[in-house]
Amino acid sequence: MWVALSYACWGISIVLALWMLYDWFKVDTNYSEDVLTSSREGELEAVSEKHRI
Amino acid sequence: MTVALENTTTTTIHGDRVSLLRVLGPAHVWALGVGIVLVGEFTGWNFSADKGGALAALIVCWVVGLLYTSVAMIDSEVTSTVAAAGGQYAQAKHIVGPLMAFNVALFLVFAYTMLEVSDAILLGDTIVAKAGVEGLTHNSFIAATIVVLAWLNYRGVLMTLNVNFVITAIAYVSIVILFFSVSPWTQGAVLKLNELVTPGNALPYGWIGVIAAFQFGIWYYLGIEGTTQAAEEVRSPARSLPYGTMAGMITLLIAAAMTWYVCASLMPWEYLGITYYPLWDAGKLTGSPLLENLLFIATLLAALASANGCINDAARAWFSLGRDRYLPSWFSAVHPKYRTPYRSILFLLPIALAFAFIADLNQAITFSILSGVLQYTFMSINIMMFRKKWPLGSIRRGYTHPFHPLPAIVLFCLCVVTFFAIFLGFGSQLIAMVAFYFLISLWFHFYRYKFVRRGDQFTMPWPKPQGY
Repeated sequence: MWVALSYACWGISIVLALWMLYDWFKVDTNYSEDVLTSSREGELEAVSEKHRI
Repeated sequence: MTVALENTTTTTIHGDRVSLLRVLGPAHVWALGVGIVLVGEFTGWNFSADKGGALAALIVCWVVGLLYTSVAMIDSEVTSTVAAAGGQYAQAKHIVGPLMAFNVALFLVFAYTMLEVSDAILLGDTIVAKAGVEGLTHNSFIAATIVVLAWLNYRGVLMTLNVNFVITAIAYVSIVILFFSVSPWTQGAVLKLNELVTPGNALPYGWIGVIAAFQFGIWYYLGIEGTTQAAEEVRSPARSLPYGTMAGMITLLIAAAMTWYVCASLMPWEYLGITYYPLWDAGKLTGSPLLENLLFIATLLAALASANGCINDAARAWFSLGRDRYLPSWFSAVHPKYRTPYRSILFLLPIALAFAFIADLNQAITFSILSGVLQYTFMSINIMMFRKKWPLGSIRRGYTHPFHPLPAIVLFCLCVVTFFAIFLGFGSQLIAMVAFYFLISLWFHFYRYKFVRRGDQFTMPWPKPQGY
């Protein structure tokens, strides 16, 4: 049973790794680099925190 | 679902920007912090008994608990004010400066990646020990742990931390069940603390053994500061982060005390100090197959929860470095559907796998602890500068920690003691690690910093600091 579990672990690892690589390729080809890297630190804080006490 | 949709709206700026998703609450913060740490009760803390005896393991449990209570209080105050992914990295950037921030981010990535590696090795070794099959190696279990958890993190933070909450809670409850199953109020029936810890063997190496025990006493709580990495993904950072972090610290103090009491009452310190599975062994020693199997499963779940939280935190720290161009901005990509730092997760995946296949558990643990203690030393200096530059009343804080500057002083002093303890056991690794951070700092200062957009990196809408 443990040996079968070990092979199942290899199988699951390979399938999920391939899925992530496929999804990565799909996202990078469907979206521009500007959109993907558009996150900015502190945007919500700039809106919600005025720091007037 | 409604909440998720609402937050999708609030975190997508101008419709053509993607950012991390604000969907987490205090329970997720608790799950992240306690999830990373709880594996330390299942293995790690007990090596302090080898350094100084069973009583030394208890002394460091409380003294290191003081260190981490200071960490939790200081972290809660600063992070409830600097609520950004990267946690201590974002704090260092705004309060100390870019070079410190770069180093802190590397401390974070190393501490969490090496801890993830240690967790995966532990999980693989535990399964191999349970199976007892000749020729069965831990590599397939290590690979599955790291890849499945990376996939979970890739698919979204909410599910990742929901899973962490459930498995951490099961592992924690198993410690409580073990504690009450051995009649802790009665000595002699199952527990034999009076016979195992006597005035003659309580501190076999004297007080220097207690100092040496600090190195592994860190394992009772290592990683609770990881809660701050969720700062950009919690719905209300000012409320959730202090609640989640402090609740996590209280939970861990209770778990650490119960773990020591049960294990020290069932095993002589000579064995307790060398076993890799103190709680699983305690389950076996009760003679109950149910408890033995429960503690075996709980050891696996604790290792999984820790590795899961570590992937989450290391990826956020790496992502933040990319977003500020301290590293190539390519790493700052956010998945448009799952809203996770997917490139950072994928980049760190093969690195973790490589270390897990070639490093041994002791090396990985030591690198993780060293990076963690370097980070705590920074935190004591950071809070002093934070209070000096922006005194109480000058900016809004979600939480204000009491007795300042006492926690910072206590934290700094305990870090110095811990460095000395690490030097006693792993002096060459300590020197190599410090040399690595020195060289990488030179690279950052003389080469990389010219790519940074200097004005863009400081994002908090704060008034000018005092004295500037």
